[in-house]
Amino acid sequence: MKTFSGNILFLDRSDINTDEIIPAKYLTEISRQALKPYLLEDLKLEGFNPATDLAGKQVIVTRANFGCGSSREHAPWALEANGIDLVIASGFARIFRQNMFNCGMLAVELAPEQIEAIFSAFCPGPAQAVADPQTGRLVVSDGEKSLEFSFELGEFERALVQAGGWVEYADKRY
Amino acid sequence: MGQTVAEKIFASHVVDQPSKEVFVLRLDAVFCHEITTPPAIMDLMARGKDRVFDPSRIKAVIDHVTPAKDSKTATQGKIMRDWAHRHGIGDFFDIGRNGVCHALFPEQGFVRPGYTIIMGDSHTCTHGAFGAFAAGVGTTDLEVGILKGVCAFKKPQTIRIDITGRLPAGVFAKDVILSVIGRIGVNGATDKVIEFGGPVVREMDMEERMTLCNMAVEAGATSGICAPDMTTVKYLWPFVKQEFESPEAALREYLHLAPDPDATYDKVITHDVSGLSPQATYGYKPDQVRPVAELEGTPIDQVYLGSCTNGRLGDLRVAARILAGKRINPKVRMIVSPATPQIFTRALEEGLIETFLKAGACVTNPTCGACLGMSNGVLAEGEVCAATTNRNFNGRMGKGGMIHLVSPATAAASALAGHLANSELYREEK
Repeated sequence: MKTFSGNILFLDRSDINTDEIIPAKYLTEISRQALKPYLLEDLKLEGFNPATDLAGKQVIVTRANFGCGSSREHAPWALEANGIDLVIASGFARIFRQNMFNCGMLAVELAPEQIEAIFSAFCPGPAQAVADPQTGRLVVSDGEKSLEFSFELGEFERALVQAGGWVEYADKRY
Repeated sequence: MGQTVAEKIFASHVVDQPSKEVFVLRLDAVFCHEITTPPAIMDLMARGKDRVFDPSRIKAVIDHVTPAKDSKTATQGKIMRDWAHRHGIGDFFDIGRNGVCHALFPEQGFVRPGYTIIMGDSHTCTHGAFGAFAAGVGTTDLEVGILKGVCAFKKPQTIRIDITGRLPAGVFAKDVILSVIGRIGVNGATDKVIEFGGPVVREMDMEERMTLCNMAVEAGATSGICAPDMTTVKYLWPFVKQEFESPEAALREYLHLAPDPDATYDKVITHDVSGLSPQATYGYKPDQVRPVAELEGTPIDQVYLGSCTNGRLGDLRVAARILAGKRINPKVRMIVSPATPQIFTRALEEGLIETFLKAGACVTNPTCGACLGMSNGVLAEGEVCAATTNRNFNGRMGKGGMIHLVSPATAAASALAGHLANSELYREEK
């Protein structure tokens, strides 16, 4: 099973919604790649500039209820189009989280204190994360220090990541 | 052990349990619109699996941007249209017959107590008003639903919210749900189902229950649910009269879905609305809620009456009652979008449309339009809208725009005042 890793983009706010991740006016795009330039365009977060802050990032670390609001799978697609396939948060909105696993991406949920520990040790970076869905091990480091966490993944979620997504899984089974 | 409404529906629909906590449910209906469905159709085609599990259980509509505003939205409509025709999907609602999905599909009798329903739209939770388990999903879940007629869910815990007391005159279902979200927060019901009950819900008609359940997702809920009762039966009677010998017989059947007295809830909340006043949001999250009285005078540029939350006949009636014989303030513009052609027709017959036009409002065809900033009333940077919609997220109605979520009564009163204002319906009772 693949591991998920890369440079971290820190988004220090709770309740980041899918309208902020990808505004509805871009939902007329049918190709996923076309969403790439618009990721986090409407994010309300002081100091954040999508034009400069997204480059070279593969992982997001954020707070509670990430991806709330609309069901649009365009939100994880816009992340994926930018090379981001791992989000670490203290909580996710249900549909967004399911969409990530359905696309074979990885949503890692940690306790708020653990997320706080990552923010205080590494934000604003540069820092890297490596998550292994097989072992449930997450390592965050900046070359000098590192923190290690274990995370819970349901049997079903692990199966989805392994299968590459829900369509692949369901197609074999139903 | 006693069961909640959602647990009963789960128990009767499970086809697989791939792990301890995950249930794959058989779907009674899959609803589709032109924003989230085309990517599913394209992916199925690319996989060589352009099939549907049962065309009679798929209901499809073009509603988000209609009539098409440009080539891209025209293409989305065309993909839907071609797909519906190719697969013999009879219940496809094209331009002229189309309306906002969560108003149109119940009106057509497509939602029944005990049903499992998914749609690539977060406000699918609206249909729980009929005692169904209806959940918004992403395109991949929708795609598997279209192909296989199943969807996977974690067994949700249920939060029971009893709405008690007596709703004051001039205070509406929208004010109730805003106050509930203000109380439990945008993350207050994440991964849970909210079962709404209590005397105030029992008194609500189906439109009001839909308003209530519609915004359950704004608290993070998978679905809002109201247990079916005689009000449900009466609404559905034209559609189910072939199946039952009497409304009472239908009710007896539907009452099997009522929560057991010893059902286990994650949490039980009693929400007394006797002292509730009209509510409005003030920030960029739906739980930032205050009484309209505290926000009275807040400047607005636009008023929007419509959407799957509040674009139904009862909503138009309340607004028209307030606007009758008056002109909206010249500082603001008002857009009215009846949610379905049937609602539009009834509003015409009742003279509501004439009231809106004479008041100086623009009446548009049924569409989701401005609610998500896609068409028909998008805001300019720095503009503010009092809207009867469901989300006040930053940029939702247009980049740099701001939304105050309100009831139709508050929307109409604000249009007259030119700023956020309580309606006379509320003041009369004070």
